[in-house]
Amino acid sequence: MIGYYFRLALRSLRRTPVMTALMVCAIGLGIGASMTMLTVLHVMTQDPIPEKSGGLFYPHLDPLPLKYPDGGRWGNPSNNFTYPDAMALLTHGKATHQAAMAGGRLLVWPTKAVARPNYYEGRFTTADFFAMFQVPFEHGQGWTAHEDDEHARVAVLGHDLAVKLYGTTDVVGRTVRLKDTLFRVVGVTAPWSPQPRFYADLGSSDSFGQSDAFFLPLSVAVELRFDISGNQSSWAESDMEDVLKSPSSSWLQFWVELDTPQQVADYTRFLHDYAAQQHASGRFERDPETVRLYPLMDWLAYRKLVPSEVQLQLWLALGFLLVCLVNIIALLLAKFLRRGNEIGVRRALGARGRDILVQLGTEAALIGLSGGLLGIALSQLGLWSVRQRPDDYARIAQMDAPMLFSTVTLAVVATLLSGLLPAWRASRISPALQIKGV
Amino acid sequence: MELRPILSTLRRHKIATTLIVLEIAFSCAVVCNALFLIGQRLERIQRPTGLDESHLVELHVSGIGKDSDALAVTRDDLSALRAIPGVRAASIINQTVFGSNFGVSGISLRPDQDKPTATETRYLGGTQVIETLGLRVVSGRPFNANEFTDFQTNPTSTPESSSTPVILSQALAERLFPGQNAVGKTLYIDGTNPVVGVVDRLVQPRDNGRSAQYDYAVLMPSNLPYSRGTYLLRVADPAQRQAILKTALQTLRTHGPTRLVSSDDARTLEQARHSYYDDDRTMAWLLVTVCVVLLLVTAGGIVGLTSFWVQQRTRQIGIRRALGASKRQILNYFQTENLMLVSAGIALGMLLAYAINQLLMSKYELPRLPLMYLPVGAVLLWALGQVAVFWPARKAAAVPPAIATRSA
Repeated sequence: MIGYYFRLALRSLRRTPVMTALMVCAIGLGIGASMTMLTVLHVMTQDPIPEKSGGLFYPHLDPLPLKYPDGGRWGNPSNNFTYPDAMALLTHGKATHQAAMAGGRLLVWPTKAVARPNYYEGRFTTADFFAMFQVPFEHGQGWTAHEDDEHARVAVLGHDLAVKLYGTTDVVGRTVRLKDTLFRVVGVTAPWSPQPRFYADLGSSDSFGQSDAFFLPLSVAVELRFDISGNQSSWAESDMEDVLKSPSSSWLQFWVELDTPQQVADYTRFLHDYAAQQHASGRFERDPETVRLYPLMDWLAYRKLVPSEVQLQLWLALGFLLVCLVNIIALLLAKFLRRGNEIGVRRALGARGRDILVQLGTEAALIGLSGGLLGIALSQLGLWSVRQRPDDYARIAQMDAPMLFSTVTLAVVATLLSGLLPAWRASRISPALQIKGV
Repeated sequence: MELRPILSTLRRHKIATTLIVLEIAFSCAVVCNALFLIGQRLERIQRPTGLDESHLVELHVSGIGKDSDALAVTRDDLSALRAIPGVRAASIINQTVFGSNFGVSGISLRPDQDKPTATETRYLGGTQVIETLGLRVVSGRPFNANEFTDFQTNPTSTPESSSTPVILSQALAERLFPGQNAVGKTLYIDGTNPVVGVVDRLVQPRDNGRSAQYDYAVLMPSNLPYSRGTYLLRVADPAQRQAILKTALQTLRTHGPTRLVSSDDARTLEQARHSYYDDDRTMAWLLVTVCVVLLLVTAGGIVGLTSFWVQQRTRQIGIRRALGASKRQILNYFQTENLMLVSAGIALGMLLAYAINQLLMSKYELPRLPLMYLPVGAVLLWALGQVAVFWPARKAAAVPPAIATRSA
């Protein structure tokens, strides 16, 4: 029966090409706009590391003085760690893995004397970083905790930087000059770029996009006073010479891996105890009850990665879709009611109201399907235009298979729902009245 | 024109009437808010900085390796830059308007204050900074030449620098000392800071969020090393900006120790403004596109539905024509009907527009929708309705009276 309805629907749509085109365009435009924005939102809120995110946590301490103004426009410095706190957690915390880290921009010298050096963004971190985030290696491996303690001049290079410097990634054991210091390459990672860059200093401009070009031991970066990129906040006078190690200057990110609920409970207690102890010693002025242990996805939600600009555009697109759907309802209503005669004849020949509903529903679904296909094309166009934008999130705006599928589903479901009222109204046409007119 | 027959006809098509009114209402609400957002963006894009923008260019140099006397190199750089023909003034500054660096400091009114009174952006500028930026000192005086001290990494460690004079933007002066003259007052930012002058306008490097605070800024005199700042040049003739940038880059490359002098970091302030507001322009165009397409879709809906009505009432129209109604009257009938539908939609749409605006206000710190956007939206939709209805209405007017005699 559906095959027959399908043919009927095709014939009916062909009979009114302008109206059909109008409806397909309206659906396509509405769906295209909404799916463009939903895709952007989707890539911004997706799980960056699905295989591990359940076990990754961001502890949150609050070392700020009581008088520090709350809700400042410049962000909350307690989202980052001070060096003493990060080191204390690193030493005393009992997690499966734990690492402190910060972004940094360094001058990288080429291996050939003729080429000019260039600045690259990388990360200063501790040994567990690679195991905790399961960073894939092409050659070699990360450094050890022992090398951290020794301030060993070792480096892990990203795939792209290794290729750029040496033309190959098989460079373990060779040296690389960063700023004024020579480092021994111990590993080269395979391309690794989780989006959003959850482990970085979120909220600054690098929440999305480029991957780290190099990784160095944090202890070395502090020793050599490398420049930190990202937010650095100080809330008390301190000796400028030691600003990175200052107990009143936050700039580090800190992650722990906890595998069992028992570990999570233990770690939470440990954090509380640490804060309480710091409070008792007078360093933390705020209530130790404010400490938190955020699961990865909660941390991303807390840091509000989606700019209000994007949210606004999503609302706009959905409003647009709504107008398009109301438009479809009105047009389908007009179209179906106009066919009162045909429906009357079918009813008189024994078709039930339900049959009419299915027949007209098929027609609506067909319009929805065509609109959905147009919508995919338009949203690809929309995403292409998003990718032309300079924003850091723009480059990753790609539609994946589930999004593609949901585009068509949304289109068909939306049209079916909008077709429901007109079809129901048309299926209630009484046969007698219409037949009389024929 | 008699309205009653139109109303009674519409009453018999409740669903279709409701739908078209709803569609117009939604369109009206979205269009009013979108127009308002476009207006907001345009206002932002044109927001003045207080600087002599058309005459300014900036260059950034980064050091390679250690430079023991960056301050001396910077002094030489600046005198070389000032010697370029067509350059009226040159200075170094810690952060540029529309740039990516952003320094912030707490400002207190008393030395023993608990929380700072304000947390605002702080510009450190070398000699000629006021002339270079083109700032207008409205009260007090510019910095004296002897007030520019060499930059120290740790200002609080040297007692003589603890009395750096400051110049405030007028907005910040008004915020800190409402109704008083700020000149002669004392602030506590880095040690003790007497206010020596007020400039009419100076803005933050970034224009984000609440516009009231955009023009709160402090300017301090400091001879920075090139590694901590950006060179700014004020040129005599805007047409010469690119040429001067090129010469300046050449000058810096051949000058001083080996450094990274990239033409990517050399640009006019107008280029900086243009790329800074790129997002806003995109958003404005996006909104314009949405409005246009939305209105087209709405027009399509009106055309479709009216065609349907015309077809359904062909006989009724024929009878009216047979009874002596002129083509003009049939045309007017459908036009009036559309006017009524659109008006109802607009009335509902304005309430909706206001509701959406309330929602946006609470979520995105947007101001209240100014009333002027409502009539603009209304006129737009009335016009749209009349244009859209014209084609089906003319088809209706073309219905021959003879059709009344046929049976269907």
